[in-house]
Amino acid sequence: MATTTPRLEKYLEAYEAVRAQGHDREPVWLEQLREDGWARFSAKGFPSTHDEDWRFTNLAALAKTAFRRAAQGEIAAPAEQLERYRVAGTACQLVFINGRFAPQLSDLGSLPDGLLVCSLKQAIDCGREGCAPEGIEQHLGRYANMDRDVFTALNTALWEDGAYLRVRRGVALEQPIHLLYVSAGAQIATHPRTLIIAENGSQASVIEDYVSLGSEAAFSNAVTELAAGEEAVIAHFLVERENTASFNVSTLRIEQSRSAQVDTHSILLGGGLVRNNVHPVLNGEGAECLINGLFVGAGRQQGAGQHMDNYMLVEHAQPHCSSRQFYNGILADNAHGVFHGRIVVHKDAQKTDAKQTNRNLLLSDHARIDTKPQLEIYADDVKCTHGATIGQIDESQLFYLRSRGFTLADARNLLLYAFAAECLDRMREPAAREFAEALIRERLEELTAAAKATGTGAQEESEPNREELG
Amino acid sequence: MALLEIHDLHASVEGHEILKGVSLTVNAGEVHSIMGPNGSGKSTLSAVLARRDAYKVTGGTVLFNGKDLLEMDPEEAACEGVFLAFQYPVEIPGIGNAYFLRSAMNAIRKHHGEDELDAMDFLPLYKERMKLLEMDEKFMNRSVNEGFSGGEKKRNEILQMAMLEPKLAILDETDSGLDIDALRIVSQGVNAMRGKDRAFLVITHYQRLLNYIKPDYVHVLVDGKIARSGGPELALELEEKGYGWAEADAPQAQPA
Repeated sequence: MATTTPRLEKYLEAYEAVRAQGHDREPVWLEQLREDGWARFSAKGFPSTHDEDWRFTNLAALAKTAFRRAAQGEIAAPAEQLERYRVAGTACQLVFINGRFAPQLSDLGSLPDGLLVCSLKQAIDCGREGCAPEGIEQHLGRYANMDRDVFTALNTALWEDGAYLRVRRGVALEQPIHLLYVSAGAQIATHPRTLIIAENGSQASVIEDYVSLGSEAAFSNAVTELAAGEEAVIAHFLVERENTASFNVSTLRIEQSRSAQVDTHSILLGGGLVRNNVHPVLNGEGAECLINGLFVGAGRQQGAGQHMDNYMLVEHAQPHCSSRQFYNGILADNAHGVFHGRIVVHKDAQKTDAKQTNRNLLLSDHARIDTKPQLEIYADDVKCTHGATIGQIDESQLFYLRSRGFTLADARNLLLYAFAAECLDRMREPAAREFAEALIRERLEELTAAAKATGTGAQEESEPNREELG
Repeated sequence: MALLEIHDLHASVEGHEILKGVSLTVNAGEVHSIMGPNGSGKSTLSAVLARRDAYKVTGGTVLFNGKDLLEMDPEEAACEGVFLAFQYPVEIPGIGNAYFLRSAMNAIRKHHGEDELDAMDFLPLYKERMKLLEMDEKFMNRSVNEGFSGGEKKRNEILQMAMLEPKLAILDETDSGLDIDALRIVSQGVNAMRGKDRAFLVITHYQRLLNYIKPDYVHVLVDGKIARSGGPELALELEEKGYGWAEADAPQAQPA
């Protein structure tokens, strides 16, 4: 069932503008892709909670806000405002302001041979003149599914720019690539599109980082397609730290060839309504995927806290592949978390080894988590396990720490950090890990400071922890 | 001034009165053993002294070093010098032993206005005390008590005590679940800590531990009250005659 409102007109305006801008400049296949995207979005509109995939996430507030396309050059972001978003130890940083590449704010460093990094728009413009990046047509829009997901359809129709990365065969990058997507201005919708092509035997790490300048509401609808060639080893980090007025829908679609190893890490700390779709398809024998995540929600503005919806769809399409999902959630105040972990094992994917774990800490009586495993297995020789836990901070651990001299706030902070650190421990890329660790520490300190200030820290009566394992 | 003065202490858990008027005085340098059958209130007494929230004091007073202990939070009591060796030490995944213990020491040092210990000051001391408790150095970086055997957990408690150097150490059934070897090691750790400025409350169900840690006084707790008090010979008598003897025909307890 579609939710249609006059507000969708803003998206039509944006679509017409993007088409006009691309006319005579974009290749025919891309124009066709946009048309298909728009057709699907305009036919369906935003999903309602009757849609099983959106049962726990109400998009009414998104649908009724008139998000618009940013005018060209509307926001000039001064370089000093972005300084605090630099990440130490990265190979290069690409900055996008409201979905458009900002070369003057980016730092391409000295890129090693065998790495191609530029804006997707540049790459396509360039391709038109016959000067370079081959293979975009072969990958762009070939993995992310517009039929299943209207947000992917909307992004495909409306994207203006994003990052394009190609790591050549056998090339190993030592430092991560930082992609900074900045939202600035009132009621602006952006649709960043990232394409990462890791050729056979290559290695790279990418940090996709979403931030806001100012406190105005924005809508970021990002799609990233990652094609990992045979034996490629790739780590992808998604960091959501936009302001709490903002909407962020991100879709990471991964296509893995034979023996490709992909680690994905989602670190959701900011945003008001966040939907994090991670969709790896293990499409070559022996491929391995780690789907690791931490979401931390809080806040009680207008009666509602942060909403963080994690939708995992892990598809095993070939034999002998393994996938590991570990998501930890910390929810305070009125925050609402969702973990929907779907594993599909196709008929030919024998010897699949799939594991899913979702652990949640609820720090207040008003915080909420909906966790839902969903296994669809069409092969007969597989190993699939899933488990979810929901609990509070353990009172006996808290007392143990306090009995050794830790203050209540320090004890809580330490326990929260230890819970979050399970996710950090799975990050193997040192610079990205250090970056994630600092962000998480800062966020958890805010949580404990807020709890202390409002006196909601300690729960008088703690319910026994609930555990469900399957 | 006595180190610990408990007067007519009443306490309840979930609305049930467990301690029904306990009085006890402990001076610095003394070792007191509290014995008693299951459910007599031994662990409740230790939890109240360590200031666990779930245990509600409904009457009486406790002075520690002249200060009102019942007004203190657990962390304040710890900083003032109360240490509880847990009967069931808690596992804390994700927090390393060394980090945990150094942070605890620094919290206490901060309370006393002392400078923090850095890793360079801390580690040699930690390693030395680990040796005393015959613990492998690999425990340092493992998570607090996670995956430890029962005996390892108890040794880790005594190790923490040895590092935090409390004024009053409460050992809550530290002997339960220990084999003779572990019992010897743990007792050795405790005996090394005995001194004129420190007192011990050794809570136990069995007399066995008292062969290793010789108490100055023995008290028998029955149904939330001290039924008998005496010297070390009381423990032996109790071992021989059983708790039934202590319960029946209990003379008025004498504060030690």
